[in-house]
Amino acid sequence: MSKSKSLLRRLRIVLATLFFLGITLLFLDVTGALHTWFGWMAKIQFLPAVLALNVGVILVLVLLTLLLGRVYCSVICPLGILQDIFAYFGRKQKKHRYSYSPAKKWLRYGMLALFVVALVAGIGSVAALLAPYSAYGRIAQNLFAPLYQWGNNALAYLAERCDSYAFYRTEVWIRSLSTFAVAAVTFIALGILAWRNGRTYCNTVCPVGTVLGFLSKFSLFRPMIDTSKCNGCGLCAKNCKASCINSAEHCIDYSRCVVCLDCLDTCNRGAIQYQLRACKCLAKGTPDNSRRRFLTVAAAATTTAVLKAQQDKVDGGLAFIEDKKVPKRQTPIVPPGAQSLYHLAQHCTGCQLCVAACPNQVLRPSSRLESLMQPESSFERGYCRPECTRCSEVCPTGAIQRIDEAEKSAIQVGRAVWIQENCLAASEGVWCSNCARHCPVGAIKMVPSNPEDPNSIRIPSINTERCIGCGACENLCPSRPFSAIYVEGNDRHRLV
Amino acid sequence: MDRREFLKRLSTGTALSAVALTGCRSQANSSLPSNTPGEVPTDKMTLRTHPTCGDQVSLLGYGCMRWPMMPAPDGKGDIIDQEAVNRLVDYALAHGVNYFDTAPPYGRGQSETATGIALSRHPRESYLLATKMSNQSFAREGLTGKELYKASVQMYENSRKYLKTDYFDYYLLHNVGGGSGIPFVQQRFFDNGLIDFLLKEREAGRIRNLGFSYHGDIKVFDYLLSLHDQYHWDFVQIQMNYVDYRHASGANYNAEYLYAELDKRGIPVVIMEPLLGGRLANLTDHLNEGLQTRRPQSSIASWAFRFAGSFPRVLTVLSGMTYLEHLQDNIRTYSPLEPCTDAEFELLEKTAQTFVEYPSVPCTSCQYCMPCPYGIDIPSIFSHYNRCINEGNIAADTQDENYRRARRAFLIGYDRSVPKLRQADHCIGCGKCVAHCPQQIRIPRELRRIDAYVEELKRKGGL
Repeated sequence: MSKSKSLLRRLRIVLATLFFLGITLLFLDVTGALHTWFGWMAKIQFLPAVLALNVGVILVLVLLTLLLGRVYCSVICPLGILQDIFAYFGRKQKKHRYSYSPAKKWLRYGMLALFVVALVAGIGSVAALLAPYSAYGRIAQNLFAPLYQWGNNALAYLAERCDSYAFYRTEVWIRSLSTFAVAAVTFIALGILAWRNGRTYCNTVCPVGTVLGFLSKFSLFRPMIDTSKCNGCGLCAKNCKASCINSAEHCIDYSRCVVCLDCLDTCNRGAIQYQLRACKCLAKGTPDNSRRRFLTVAAAATTTAVLKAQQDKVDGGLAFIEDKKVPKRQTPIVPPGAQSLYHLAQHCTGCQLCVAACPNQVLRPSSRLESLMQPESSFERGYCRPECTRCSEVCPTGAIQRIDEAEKSAIQVGRAVWIQENCLAASEGVWCSNCARHCPVGAIKMVPSNPEDPNSIRIPSINTERCIGCGACENLCPSRPFSAIYVEGNDRHRLV
Repeated sequence: MDRREFLKRLSTGTALSAVALTGCRSQANSSLPSNTPGEVPTDKMTLRTHPTCGDQVSLLGYGCMRWPMMPAPDGKGDIIDQEAVNRLVDYALAHGVNYFDTAPPYGRGQSETATGIALSRHPRESYLLATKMSNQSFAREGLTGKELYKASVQMYENSRKYLKTDYFDYYLLHNVGGGSGIPFVQQRFFDNGLIDFLLKEREAGRIRNLGFSYHGDIKVFDYLLSLHDQYHWDFVQIQMNYVDYRHASGANYNAEYLYAELDKRGIPVVIMEPLLGGRLANLTDHLNEGLQTRRPQSSIASWAFRFAGSFPRVLTVLSGMTYLEHLQDNIRTYSPLEPCTDAEFELLEKTAQTFVEYPSVPCTSCQYCMPCPYGIDIPSIFSHYNRCINEGNIAADTQDENYRRARRAFLIGYDRSVPKLRQADHCIGCGKCVAHCPQQIRIPRELRRIDAYVEELKRKGGL
C-alpha cells in the first residue's frame, strides 16, 4: 500500500469527513451555537429536502448525481460515511474482503416502493426507519450525544472548580426507550453489515440510494476500466465496498457505485480512471444467494441499558422532591411550528435534530406507534420557554415550520386542564398561585373557590382562548408526581 | 470563599516559612499589624471580664451553628463531621478561645451532641458553655401553658444530657423578638411559668448566667429590659456589625441603640452575626479596595471583628467558623485586639452606607427557614444572588458593557449553586418560612424578585 492516494480520492475523503463532523456536531452541540454554521448541512440532505419541498436543493442533488454519480452517498450522507468508518476497520481486520455480487433489484425497488407508500400514506414512522439521514440522526442523538454530554459535564465540573463559566452542566437522559432501542439496533446491524460487506445497506435498503442509483446510471463522470491496461486480477472487485465491480467482464454497476474512488488507488496498473463516460456496459444480474441480510430493525431490542438521569441528592436540610410523571394526554403535544399532528406526521423523518436541540428538555421522540420517533412535548423537566424557537430553526424537513418569537407566544399547541383533586389549593387549602404567576400569557386567573365568599381560598381558572399550551403551569405546579394542571394537545395548532 | 481560603492558606504557608527562615529578624516585623499571616498566637487572646461573675471570656467566641457536615454513612442526608469538630475545638481551646455557643436546633439538631462530645474531652472548667431555650417551635405548633412548660423543661434537660454537663455557664432565651412580638414572648416564657423555673435553676447554680438573644421587634427588647430590675439579666446577645450598627435591615433595629441601652444598664453584651452571616467577609471590589488600602495585610473579615470587639461592654464576639482558616484568621484578629481608631470607624460607616445601597438580601444563611416543605433551597438562592451582586454580575440593562458576561455568570452559577427543582420559581409563596427568619426577611417576596430577574435574563436569548 505504498501508493499515494489519488487527488480526487483524497478530496472526497476530506469533504466526507467535514460533512460527517459537521452534521454530527449538530446533534451533539449543547449550546445551539453551531447550528448557525452547520445548519445547512442538514437541510441539503435528500429526504428532508423532498419533505420540505425544497426544489432548489433537490434539483442541485439530481444534477450533481447526473454529473458526478452518487457522490451524495460518499460525501454528504452521514450514514454512508459512518458505514465507511466501520468498513475501514473491517478491512484492517481482513484485506480484500469484498467480492462482486449482482444487484438485488427486487429488494431495492421493493424497499423504495414500501417507502413511497408509507410516505404517501402518512406512516412517517416506517419512512423514518428506512431513511438514511434520520437513521443517522437517531444514532447520533441517542448514542453519541450522551458521550459528548458527559464529556461536556466533566469539563463543566472542572470549570466550576476554577470559577469559570466556559462550560455548564447539561442533563443526560433517555428521552424514549423505544427510540433508543431502534437507534441501538440500527447501529449494531449497520455496523455488522458494513464491517463485513461495506455498503450493503446503501444498495439494498436505502430508498435514497435507490433513487440516486437510478440517476447515476446516466452520470457524466464515472470510474471506468481501461480494458487495455486491465489484467483481470480482480483486486478492484475485492476492495469495492459497493460490490459493484465485475472484474471478469470489466464492468461496473453504476447504479450501485457510490463514487468512493477507492478503486482508483487499488488498481496496480492504473486501469481505473474517473472520467467522462464513453462505454455503456451494464452488469447483468444473475441470481445469487449472497450472505447479505438486513436485520429488520424492529426485530430485537438488544440494548436496554437504563441510563437513569442523575437525581438530585437530597440531604437532611432539604425536603425530598418527588420526580414528576408524564400525565396521560389524549392528544399529544407537538412543538409550535408543527402546525398539526397530521402535518408533522407527513413531513417528519424522525431525525431527532429538534430533540437534540431542545434546551429545555421538553421534546422527546414519541413512543406511539403512529408517530414513532417523531417529536412530542412533555413538561416534567422544563417547559416550552416563550423566547425559544430552537426546534423550528433546526428542522430540515419543514415538519416544524420556522417561527419567530412573536409567533411563538401566539401559537396554541394545546391548552391547560385543571385537575381539582391534585390541586393543593382545592384539596389541602394551601394558598398557591404558582401556575398563574408563571403563565407567560396571563391565561390563568386565581378566583375564589366559593363564589359567594370573595375571601375563600383561590383556585386557578383557565382562559383557554389565551392559553398557548407552553406547559409552564404544568412544570411549576407543586403537586407531584402528577401536576394539578396539565396540557392537553391540539390536533391542529391555532393562533390566539 | 474557596479561593479566599486557598490564598490564605498559601500566604500562611509562605509567611510561616518566611518567619522560620528569618528567625531572629522577626522582631523587626512587630511593627506590622498583629493579624499579619504568620504563626497563630496561643497566648495573646484578648480577654474580657464579666462584671459580676468574674469570668475571663475570650473576645472570640465559637458559634456552633455551622459545624462542618459530611454525607451520612447510610446515604440519607448529612451529618456533622465529628472528627473535624474535635480538631476545631481542640485548636480553638489551645489558642485561647473559651466560649462556645450552641442551641438545640443548630446543625439540624445535631450541634449540641457534637459540641458536647468535642468539649467533654477537656476539663469542664477550661471552657464556658452557652446554650438556649429554643421553645419557639413548640409555641408555633400551638403548645401553651402546662404542655409548653413540660416540653421546654424537657428541652432544657436534654441540653444538659447532650452537652454532658451539670451546669450551663450561659443560658439564653432564644430568638426573642420574632413572631407576634411581646405576646409571643409571654406565651413562651412568662404565661407558663418557665421563667421561674429558669430563675430557680440560676439560684441553684445550674445556670450561672441568664440572658436572652434578640432579633427583630424592638418592643420586645425594651420590654425585656424593663424587666431587668426583676430578673437581672446577666448578659444579652444582640446582632451587631458595622452595617447593622446604623443601617439595620428590614424589621431589625439599629445596634447602636441596642448597645447603648445595654451599656447604660451595665449589662455585658454578646455579639452575634458580626460578619452578617459571612456577607461582610467579602464585599464588592470597590468596597474591598477601600479597606485593603488602609490595611493591606488584613482580611476583609478582620475589619468586622475589630469593629465588634472595639466596644468595651462586649463580652465576646461569636463567629460560626466552619473552616480552620477562618478560625485562625479570627484568632489573629483578636490576639490581641487592636481597637478601631476614629478614622477607621468612619471608614466602616462609609462602607456600610454604600453596602446598604446594594439590593442584597440580608440573609445570614442561618438555615432557620429550612427545610422548606416544597424543597426550595432558600439560603443558597439568596447567597448566589448576593454573591453575584458582590462580583458585579447583576446587570440591569442590556446596554451594560458586561451584560452578556454577567448574564452568563448569573444563570450558569444559579444552576450550579441550586438544583433546578430547588430554585425560586418553585416557591408557591406558602409563607411557612417567614416566621422562622430572625432577619425578618419576607422570603417569598424576595424569592419572587429573584425569580422575576431570572425570568428577565432568560427571555433575553440563549446562553
